[in-house]
Amino acid sequence: MARINSNTELEELRQEILSKRDQNKPRIAVCAGTGCLASGAAKVIAALKEEIKKQGLNADVDIKETGCPGFCERGPIMVIYPEEICYLQVKPDDIPEIISETIKERKVIDRLLYTDPTTGEKVTHESEIPFYKNQKRLLIGTNINIDPKSIEDYLAIGGYRALAKALFDMTPEQVLEEVKRANLRGRGGGGFPAAKKWETTRNVPREPKYVIVNADEGDPGAFMDRAVLEGNPHSVLEGLVISAYTIGSHEGFIYVRQEYPLAVENVDIAIKQAEEYGFLGQNILGSGFDFIVNVHRGAGAFVSGESSALMTAIEGKVGEPRPKYIRTAVSGIWERPSNLNNVETLANVPLIINNGAEWFTSIGTEGSKGTKIFSLVGKVNNTGLVEVPMGMSLREIIYNIGGGIPGDKKFKAVQTGGPSGGVIPEQYLDTPVDFDELTKLGSMMGSGGMIVMDEDTCVVDVARYFVDFLCDESCGKCIPCREGLKHMREVLNNIVEGKGNEGDIELLEELSRLMTKASLCALGTSAANPVSTTIRYFGDEYQAHIKESKCPALVCKELVSYYIEPSKCQACMICLRNCPVEAISGGKNQIHVIDQAKCIKCGVCFDACPTRFGAVIKISGEPVPASLPEKERSLVRGKK
Amino acid sequence: MEAEKVDEIIDRHPAKQEVLIQLLLDMQNEFNWIPKQAILRINERLQIPLSQIYRVASFYKAMSLTPRGKHIVNVCLGTACHVRGGPRIMDKVEESLKIKAGKTTQDMKFTLERVNCLGCCALGPVIVVDKDYYGNVTTAKVKEILESYD
Repeated sequence: MARINSNTELEELRQEILSKRDQNKPRIAVCAGTGCLASGAAKVIAALKEEIKKQGLNADVDIKETGCPGFCERGPIMVIYPEEICYLQVKPDDIPEIISETIKERKVIDRLLYTDPTTGEKVTHESEIPFYKNQKRLLIGTNINIDPKSIEDYLAIGGYRALAKALFDMTPEQVLEEVKRANLRGRGGGGFPAAKKWETTRNVPREPKYVIVNADEGDPGAFMDRAVLEGNPHSVLEGLVISAYTIGSHEGFIYVRQEYPLAVENVDIAIKQAEEYGFLGQNILGSGFDFIVNVHRGAGAFVSGESSALMTAIEGKVGEPRPKYIRTAVSGIWERPSNLNNVETLANVPLIINNGAEWFTSIGTEGSKGTKIFSLVGKVNNTGLVEVPMGMSLREIIYNIGGGIPGDKKFKAVQTGGPSGGVIPEQYLDTPVDFDELTKLGSMMGSGGMIVMDEDTCVVDVARYFVDFLCDESCGKCIPCREGLKHMREVLNNIVEGKGNEGDIELLEELSRLMTKASLCALGTSAANPVSTTIRYFGDEYQAHIKESKCPALVCKELVSYYIEPSKCQACMICLRNCPVEAISGGKNQIHVIDQAKCIKCGVCFDACPTRFGAVIKISGEPVPASLPEKERSLVRGKK
Repeated sequence: MEAEKVDEIIDRHPAKQEVLIQLLLDMQNEFNWIPKQAILRINERLQIPLSQIYRVASFYKAMSLTPRGKHIVNVCLGTACHVRGGPRIMDKVEESLKIKAGKTTQDMKFTLERVNCLGCCALGPVIVVDKDYYGNVTTAKVKEILESYD
């Protein structure tokens, strides 16, 4: 491939790519993102290739291995074009039928379609599935049309048009002005205006300047950035080059966690392709602008996602934060001005340049413009990635898109913002989701993790979980974070083990205040949010743990006992055989009994007991009923 | 461990101190841990102080200074897996392998790790053994999964 040296050549190439594509030719897109791969997409793709070869259809059908379209719950996902037939949970065994029925006969296979859980109606087209219909997928909507390893696919959907526009039709000042007017705020957590950061770095009278993509997505339960980088790496690269042009930088870095091997692979490929085509390197598109990109793999440290820590890591040192009297925008990598943006922020830039700030600001709320991708996970029917306009309410996201809570359970709370965020209870479900509203509730937007919890989730346990996570991840450089978290963990451990004391809640609140005020970086200053919000909204659950040794959600191991309800036990021996410590006695036609002294509370019996019996129950906060006397344990079965 | 392989990995990168983290990651990926000889060789060739190499290698979770088992068992304890019962799965795996998270069995067969989110939350709770994903794991399934590896 010869490199492209002007805007005209770019458009000619695009026309050439499009003219070679027959829109009516059957195309089978299969998600090969991490979620679908985990549910077996690789086998589906292999079966697909083999079947097409077997039926001699190689020339008649295109197969596309794409990035994540979001509906992970129903993976592996397949969409067949041009009809846009969406098949879910496809298995290798389904492939021969798909080829002979849908591809050859153009018949839809009902069994593989989405079924509306309320009406029982089948939905054929991807865009009509409620999960997708209620979203606004500006960033991840194209994923299913793109093979992330093909730059041609990106060019076919208008890729690098924004870069050409910025380089040839706009001055750096005009680009800056456009992004400023769009009020693009940082998607990584803080919501700081991107243009303001760009301007700061741009105005520092020192060279060289660096631009960096932060793809160190460390929040447990969040994978938006991975989907964007894995599924459409060129969109991020394009945004990065535009930011470099605006700022006056000629070297950039992509900091990506090595736990995302597929993202690393796709980014490496994308960079090579972009260099070949002249979107990166010397004299980009013949404009005279030079820019190169390096990939830096993160090595598994949550704190290294913080801007100053991330930049220290790029220097090859231990990724710990430093005090930011001088911001990294002014003095970052090797004390040079360095601009850091999140993956999703940069992916928005080409859209803004192509469509203009007016278009972008027409989406969203007063203070938060555009869309936001959330990873909707936990106790929700449709786990996956959802992209919605800012301002949609939590209720709409969880119920209209997420399909509500599984198994008739009651919604309890939603956790947003990862370990730095907070827990939001039911009474605030109608809050519009944007940067400012979530902060008002004591939580935050964060990078976009949204973990739904039902009545079976213990919020004290969740708070302990986050503190435990942060305790491990705290780098230990500053005392408030290092010691504060440790102390909090100790207090919370006591509470969940039933050893809590009067005054523990006040102690936690005091620690929260101290850490928030005195910690060095955002990891520490926001670390108390999960604790303070759960105390604020679920104080009674803390009280129940402390005063009654009771875990209302029946989660905290030390406070829960397992008991076999004699009237329900069918003496089937399943729990007895599965118990790892032989704590269950009984026999055929002998009602089973748990020896509480031997029980290690592993819960295996609870899982093993067939749901139609439901004989094993959990008890908390009250004594376990005395076991039946031996002679009353024979099971009297009702006659059928 | 071959000294040649270590040199080959060092040669992949420019001879600058800033490549240290990338270099150690490559060593980890190649050898499944970071042997002492590799650290000494980096020190010798790139003139990076031993203390600094050791500090980096001990700071990051992705790097191990002890040999790891034949199979790596990752139990996901990300938030989504946590609320779906991940901790009980971890208990069960620890009990089955008779080791705690972060440790390796005596026969060097398994290393057990806890991971904070693999990003396949729809399948939670999740266990990954080497490159095989197991979704919606229950305590009853754990043994069967582990026994399928030799």
